[in-house]
Amino acid sequence: MLSIKNIHANIAGKEILKGINLDIKAGEVHAIMGPNGSGKSTLASVLAGREEFEVTEGEVEFAGKDLLELSTEDRAREGLFLAFQYPVEIPGVSTTNFIKAAVNEKRKYLGQEPLDAVSFLKKMKEKMALVEIDQSLLSRSINEGFSGGEKKRNEVFQMAMLEPKLAIMDETDSGLDIDALRIVANGINKLRSPERSILLITHYQRLLDYIQPDYVHVLYKGRIVRSGQKELALELEEKGYDFITDEVDLSLGL
Amino acid sequence: MESTAYFKDQFEQLQQTGPQGTIAGLRKEGFEDFNGRGLPSFRDEEWKYTNISTLFQQEYNLDGEAGIEPSELDAIRLPGHEQANELVFVNGIFKAEYSCIRSGANELIVMPLQQAAEGEYKTLVETHLNQSAAYIKDGLQALNTALIYGGLFIHVLKKQEPVQVYVYHILEAAAGPVLAQPRSLIYADKGAQLQLTESYTTIGNADSLNNQVMEVVVEENAYVEYYKLQNDNSNASQVSTSHIRQIGRSYVHTVSIALNGGMVRNNMNLVLDAEGNESHMYGLYLLKGKTHVDNHTLIDNRKPNCFSNQLYKGIADDSATAVFNGRIMVQPDAQKTNAYQANKNILRSDLATINAKPQLEIFADDVKCSHGCTVGQLDEEALFYLRARGISKEKAEVMLLQAFAADILVQIKPKALREHAEKLIDKHLSL
Ligand SMILES: Nc1ncnc2c1ncn2[C@@H]1O[C@H](COP(=O)(O)OP(=O)(O)OP(=O)(O)O)[C@@H](O)[C@H]1O
Ligand SMILES: [Mg+2]
Repeated sequence: MLSIKNIHANIAGKEILKGINLDIKAGEVHAIMGPNGSGKSTLASVLAGREEFEVTEGEVEFAGKDLLELSTEDRAREGLFLAFQYPVEIPGVSTTNFIKAAVNEKRKYLGQEPLDAVSFLKKMKEKMALVEIDQSLLSRSINEGFSGGEKKRNEVFQMAMLEPKLAIMDETDSGLDIDALRIVANGINKLRSPERSILLITHYQRLLDYIQPDYVHVLYKGRIVRSGQKELALELEEKGYDFITDEVDLSLGL
Repeated sequence: MESTAYFKDQFEQLQQTGPQGTIAGLRKEGFEDFNGRGLPSFRDEEWKYTNISTLFQQEYNLDGEAGIEPSELDAIRLPGHEQANELVFVNGIFKAEYSCIRSGANELIVMPLQQAAEGEYKTLVETHLNQSAAYIKDGLQALNTALIYGGLFIHVLKKQEPVQVYVYHILEAAAGPVLAQPRSLIYADKGAQLQLTESYTTIGNADSLNNQVMEVVVEENAYVEYYKLQNDNSNASQVSTSHIRQIGRSYVHTVSIALNGGMVRNNMNLVLDAEGNESHMYGLYLLKGKTHVDNHTLIDNRKPNCFSNQLYKGIADDSATAVFNGRIMVQPDAQKTNAYQANKNILRSDLATINAKPQLEIFADDVKCSHGCTVGQLDEEALFYLRARGISKEKAEVMLLQAFAADILVQIKPKALREHAEKLIDKHLSL
């Protein structure tokens, strides 16, 4: 599904990603953890095509395509979805119109007819129930005045509507209260399928209690410095990052 | 070189052939004023960013006798016209034969300005016509006055709900460049309600210039909404002066939308000449190509306890130019004035220009005034968010521009007109 080879990326002349390698197969759930500022969101942004980041080396294959050659919108239409760590508020653009445009642009790209109003509404209802999001939120402007938790729930709702092949979820669990975490995690679990891969970026084991990952990776200073299975997350929870990062710093001569 | 000598011939002909009286007297004043001032130059502070004199390097046809085909009128009727009174100017002359008055005589009276000046409205015309000259002191205002002919007078009486008036300005420029100089006086009587809408259409490929002066007098308890839709072709220029005086405690709400055109100058004056007036002034300009739109606004607070709110928003793309000059005056008598102004701009191209200038002149001490002016770009974060959901860059930009325009569009209160403006804007933005 996704194959990242030796990706290096800069922002404002500063190298943030220093050779990332990662393979995600269809249906797998991977978790990326790592201290603040280690480059997790940068990796997500590079994959989604944010132009401020310059990829200086490496390649990414996604669903058989050269991902880095595609525009941001084409990546999305090919089935890549990024749930933002900080979803943007866009006053004046109605959430429903926005989602309708997104769904239909993707269908057009795939050579499908646009959804008619009835089917679209039906699909909205179905997915709203899935992530337990309230209709009143969707009649407002995109994320405008939404609470932190509402914004995250809206991201998962959009994921449900767009049915991506790969969902990158950047700290979708932060800012959620216990109930909301359970609801959002349940929503994501319901969206798991043998064809859909998920990359979870998180700081917390509690999300991984709900959504059991196949693999866990630790990102530190722009590199994946440790990979393991779900037990690695438990170990990190217990010991913190030091036991890994100290070793890396030592090997880097820091 | 500017060509203005033919205005003298026109003036003399009007003075000789037309009736004498109030209007002929005003024309004489106007002509002397025009002779003294000449055309505005960019050296004039008020015209610094709009070099209007370049439009006078050619001679225009002053033909007020041009006619139009009924189908040409049908093509430009605005939605909701079935319920509206439709008034038509062709080349600056009010044409009763194309107009359609749907309200009763106890609600709305429409007549040629000359007739109003001679009959029962004589005093009213003498009192109010050309009051704007005290505010707009330039050659173009004077030129309009010097050549007043075929003007329009409207007396609004209807109280229960607003009387709808659509004014279509048609410029017939198939035979060559045309200069139109419509003049109108609108009197909203005590307690009367008016929804006034103006639109502009040039027919033909030659240049047109519409040098318009409209004066609106608003009496006590009257309620006026005024909408201006400027979406003419790119050879169509205009200097459009709207001078609104609230002489009794009253309510005025204006929305000017400028999309396409050549060189466009709007003088929008609100004179708050009675205690307790409330006024709202909105504007939206979405400019592309070489369109130049200059919004000069004035809110003159002359009496205490008036409230005004002003919001102008605009976008300049390609090599378009937008000018906003928002002047607020608070006279010594106008204590407890509340006057708010905001101007928000988005610059979309390196070749586009935005000039924004707030001007506050406050001569009273107990007032609340604020103004704010911004020039920015489209929000990159928002664009990325939309694109990351599969929406094309172009469509995402249009969505953000529509959102930017939305808080002005909601100020168009009649639904049919608002939807019409939305459609025009959607089309304009996605071209
Ligand atoms: N626009 C930018 N300009 C300059 N530096 C940036 C920019 N965006 C990110 N960085 C830097 O890149 C580094 C990695 O940031 P990133 O957001 O990827 O970290 P993260 O692992 O997601 O952290 P967190 O856990 O706090 O979300 C940080 O040092 C950050 O300051
Ligand atoms: Mg992050």
